Amino acid sequence: MTAWLRTGDPFAVQATDLTLAYQQRPVLWDVDLEVPQGVLMAIVGPNGAGKTTLLRTALGLLRPAAGEVRIFGRPYAEQRRLVAYVPQRGSVDWDFPTTALDIVTMGTYGGLGWVKRPGAAERSRATAALAQVGMQAYADRQISQLSGGQQQRVFLARALVQDAQIYLMDEPFQGVDATTERAIVDLLRALRADGKTVVAVHHDLQTVAEYFDQVTLLNVRRIAAGPVEKVFTEENLRLTYGGRVAGIGGRGNGTPLDMSP
Amino acid sequence: MDLLSDLFLDYTLRTVALGSAALGVVSGALGAFAVLRRQALLGDAMSHAALPGVALAFLVTGSRAPLVLMIGAALTGWLAAAAIVYIVRASRIRTDTAMALMLSVFFGAGLVVLTFIQRQPAAGKAGLDKFLFGQAAAMLESDVITMASVGAVGLLGVLVLWKEFKLLSFDPDFAATLGMPTRRLDMLLTSLLVIAIVVGLKTVGVVLMSAMVVAPGAAARQWTNRLGVMVTLSALFGAAAGVLGALLSTTAETSTGPTIVLVATGLVVVSLLFAPARGLVWTRMHAWRSQRILALEAVMSDLAALAAQHSSDATRPHDVAALHAVRGRALVDRALGELAADGLARRHDGGGWSLTPRGLAEADRLARMRRTPDNDL
Repeated sequence: MTAWLRTGDPFAVQATDLTLAYQQRPVLWDVDLEVPQGVLMAIVGPNGAGKTTLLRTALGLLRPAAGEVRIFGRPYAEQRRLVAYVPQRGSVDWDFPTTALDIVTMGTYGGLGWVKRPGAAERSRATAALAQVGMQAYADRQISQLSGGQQQRVFLARALVQDAQIYLMDEPFQGVDATTERAIVDLLRALRADGKTVVAVHHDLQTVAEYFDQVTLLNVRRIAAGPVEKVFTEENLRLTYGGRVAGIGGRGNGTPLDMSP
Repeated sequence: MDLLSDLFLDYTLRTVALGSAALGVVSGALGAFAVLRRQALLGDAMSHAALPGVALAFLVTGSRAPLVLMIGAALTGWLAAAAIVYIVRASRIRTDTAMALMLSVFFGAGLVVLTFIQRQPAAGKAGLDKFLFGQAAAMLESDVITMASVGAVGLLGVLVLWKEFKLLSFDPDFAATLGMPTRRLDMLLTSLLVIAIVVGLKTVGVVLMSAMVVAPGAAARQWTNRLGVMVTLSALFGAAAGVLGALLSTTAETSTGPTIVLVATGLVVVSLLFAPARGLVWTRMHAWRSQRILALEAVMSDLAALAAQHSSDATRPHDVAALHAVRGRALVDRALGELAADGLARRHDGGGWSLTPRGLAEADRLARMRRTPDNDL
């Protein structure tokens, strides 16, 4: 069970020299991603910087032209079980005919193997995960009747049920209300306290320092990476966002740059 | 009804009904997945692309055995699907263009081969043109047996890989991170859809077969929020449309395909209009009812505000003009009437209005509810 620990590898996720291009335009160019164990890391960068691509490449959903991804020192394909994925909420059709509990139960499919259907054990684990994100009352709700924040929490619960070591999240805070944001932050801290590692694509520069320990600044190339207090500087942000500093507060709300610590 | 007694007595009608039920169940069940995966048009392309397969299978083997023609149809239908996927992946042509392209190319090729066959003097050529618009009347017991067995393979596939197909349909990326071979599953589910299409091809015809794939699923989605129920309902709707349409076309001597499709469309229209929660009638009524309730609450809060200014006598009458001044006249008058009927407001002798004590309590409850922060996240 703890085979992943024996390697003694300091990095939970280590991607080296990742390069990926669409039609001769590099989306990621020679990017390294090094995530120490047990930290909360934000991936920050402007739109089109390759943040989601980096995450999807780390998950094996996209094949890089060059480079490799290691999870606790071993290839991703061997370590798949240790990694849980929380996709962007907008990546699925929420009008799909099913309930919140059923979506969370999907997190158990990986351990079930072929053909076997989830049973009472899987459902009770899913119920527990829903409770962990404060959604137990909504277990039987059709998923389209949930608010954006609730849908995001259902996705988080689905990842929790996987009982992974590493959680890769694509904009978990996007479009959620303050209460859900609070709940997600608490959840991230609880995961860290359990020794888990979280990597999240994050848009709101103002909360990076408050929510995360580490940050990777990305704009096709890796601009900087490391502890937030060292790396998240005005200078690095300027390098990451180029001249377009006025709109960097995420989604064009015109936040000026001086909020970096 | 003659049709009903004929159904049990007449051998031909019974064969037609059984075959159409089989094809309806299979295309309904697999069509439900196609609808959820937004592959309705892919179904259309594949059914048109089955035509050259039918014609070529006959040309090569000289046989009109249902299984032979089905295999031919499945091969070219599947080839078209593969070609669409390949074109989208390898070029910058988008899916809709690729589908339209393959549909017309394969269908055109099918028509060419078909006309070539028609000009041959060989015996047994007759009947292939029925594949265009379908014909139920000529259905034989051997057809039904083939349709049912081939269709059973399709249904079995869905049952065995239920959870895999469910996850593939909802969130293929997540399925891939769990280690599921999503490309192969995708191919498999598409192949099962091809099976569903070829089963109905001779009865419904290549031109309209896609309606039998899409209509039952679209209708079923209206009635339920569970995948299992939706797929089952879709299969039942498919069977109902198949049987009803085939029997109608056989007795009225109309083309089978179009008749089946009209029945299926009828199911869709009824579902779109009258299904609870999702139907147009239901949502319209729901909107209308909540508008009315909002109007009632607004007038109640106005009356409560007026009462609050005279705290010594809360049920003292107020002139309607004071209410008309802040809301629409018609809205106020209608709301007052309903409030009075519910015993929440009353009209005083002088013509003025006030809330009753019960109305005051209700207005107070509503106001407090509005003040409490919404804990529904």
